[in-house]
Amino acid sequence: MAKWTDKIAKSQVWKSVFRHGYPSSDRNRSLIVLSNVFLHLHPVKTRTSGIRLSYTWCMGGISFFLFLALTVTGVLLMFYYRPTVEYAYNDIIALREHVPLGIMRELHRWGAHAMVIAVWLHMYRVFLTGSYKPPREFNWNVGVILLVLTLLLSFTGYLLPWDQLAMWAITVGSNMARATPFLGSEGPGAAFLSLGDIKLVHAGDDVRFALLGGRFVGAGALLRFYVLHCVFIPLAAAFLIAIHFWRVRKDGGISGPL
Amino acid sequence: MSVEGFKHLIDSFFSSPSTVFIGSVVGFGLFFAFVRFFTRPLVAGILTAITVGFLAFAVTDKNFFIIVTKPDNVPIVGMLFLLGFFTWLAFRKAVINDLRTEKGEPIIERSEKEEKVFSWPDLVYPEMICMIGLTVLLLVWSILLKAPLEEPANPAAAPNPSKAPWYFLGLQEMLVYFDPWIAGVVLPGLIIFGLMAIPYIDNNPKGNGYYTFKERKFAIITFSFGFIILWIVLIIFGTFLRGPNWNFFGPFEYWDPYKVESLVNVNLSEFVYIKWLGTGLPKFWLTREFLGIILVLAYFAITPLLLAKTVLKKMYLSLGLFRFNIMVFLLLTMMTMPIKMVLRWAFNLKYIIAIPEYFFNI
Repeated sequence: MAKWTDKIAKSQVWKSVFRHGYPSSDRNRSLIVLSNVFLHLHPVKTRTSGIRLSYTWCMGGISFFLFLALTVTGVLLMFYYRPTVEYAYNDIIALREHVPLGIMRELHRWGAHAMVIAVWLHMYRVFLTGSYKPPREFNWNVGVILLVLTLLLSFTGYLLPWDQLAMWAITVGSNMARATPFLGSEGPGAAFLSLGDIKLVHAGDDVRFALLGGRFVGAGALLRFYVLHCVFIPLAAAFLIAIHFWRVRKDGGISGPL
Repeated sequence: MSVEGFKHLIDSFFSSPSTVFIGSVVGFGLFFAFVRFFTRPLVAGILTAITVGFLAFAVTDKNFFIIVTKPDNVPIVGMLFLLGFFTWLAFRKAVINDLRTEKGEPIIERSEKEEKVFSWPDLVYPEMICMIGLTVLLLVWSILLKAPLEEPANPAAAPNPSKAPWYFLGLQEMLVYFDPWIAGVVLPGLIIFGLMAIPYIDNNPKGNGYYTFKERKFAIITFSFGFIILWIVLIIFGTFLRGPNWNFFGPFEYWDPYKVESLVNVNLSEFVYIKWLGTGLPKFWLTREFLGIILVLAYFAITPLLLAKTVLKKMYLSLGLFRFNIMVFLLLTMMTMPIKMVLRWAFNLKYIIAIPEYFFNI
């Protein structure tokens, strides 16, 4: 057995993938982190206090893991879900009724709730350890935008099951856009934007209309929220996550006392 | 006391937002005033036991059970326990660090500062274990609890109450006290702006990268007030205590859609011209809302001056004019919510400035 494993580990194929031996020596432990695209998010060595669970709560890592889990389950759900008024609800029913032990939607929904909670706790931890202070000011800002994107991801996904819960939650949420100053038809200032008797900002062209693609939560809103949820916001979030991680490393690793 | 009597007592305390909100603020204040006492493991353990005991008793009640076990509400209960635990953990570590500083010893994080370990395996393995644990948790959670699915969407039948997704219920609660343009647009915008401004406002060099309370009391209390009281507590309001017609219900109360609440909210201008002067409302909005406009302007323009001269004098000198004004503006904006709540409960005040002609109500 040992002879065989030795032979495999020394074969050209194995060595072409792994450029170092098993990480049991300090040299190989450094090389595995440096030569692996995923592991190289980490530094070779980290501060003891910085990786203590009671210090970090692991909430940032959990948020990222949930983001990945949601991407995978989300892509699987996209195979079965059609974002039209005609099919959306029936496709959700089918996911529940036709798939034996189908828990993909559950994984996606509970994962999303967990991600919102994890992101909030991550923010609270970073605040309480003062980790937004110099030199990490910019990364805190990236984090705030990621927090907003997390909430928007959750919000846009909330509509997709196309049931009463979804539709009315989005109705309540998007009704607020109507009151945006100057840009909403019932917002302060909108009344000033008119040419004679012609209103420039009305229910048919205000910011709520732009968000929903219509005057109420209907087919247009479903498609817009689907595209935002599955394509636009995840891409924006992935982009910012990359910056967030990069800056953690560049600003001196996981925070610790100066 | 009988079980029903006890439930009734709880319900009567929880039957109005004022008691619950003020109770939370008092609890918040007590925690920070006696943070060393409350973070003792024994005290925290007893408090947890009481909470769990109460919850175990409460779920035997039919009405409480219905609300708490709604699939989307289960994670919120989990979040409250997590938040309680992590708040305890953070302040426990802060208290220990502060005690060490008082004795002249280095804080825990600093005493370990120079120690470094290889990321493989000391960081990578815990991450792997964490991922596996979380995957198991998600799988079990998903098997045990079905995702909610109601009737197909029907634009003609609005459910009562219509609620936003749970993480936005704090904003929906603000709608009780503010018009949508403030509660739904201006305040959320300022929350994001305020969060982003924090690192540039807070120029206190202490407490960078370790838990402490003593060295940055103002920052921690302000942020925690916003997060715990104005965000989380209002989510609890919106999720568990707001029922049909957005009426307030006790935890054991049946959500009666026909519950009648008297609504006689009065604008400041009506107080002035009808109650006090007895002349009736002037026709022109500027004359009518004059006092309200003066009050709001004074709140945002004069309070910073007063604060800079008195209680926050030291902070003003350290922050400088620009930073200080932004900080006080954000602080005052945050406090508009509790101020408006108290005015509503005490005087049934609806709007300080009411100009419905231009959808401009504050």
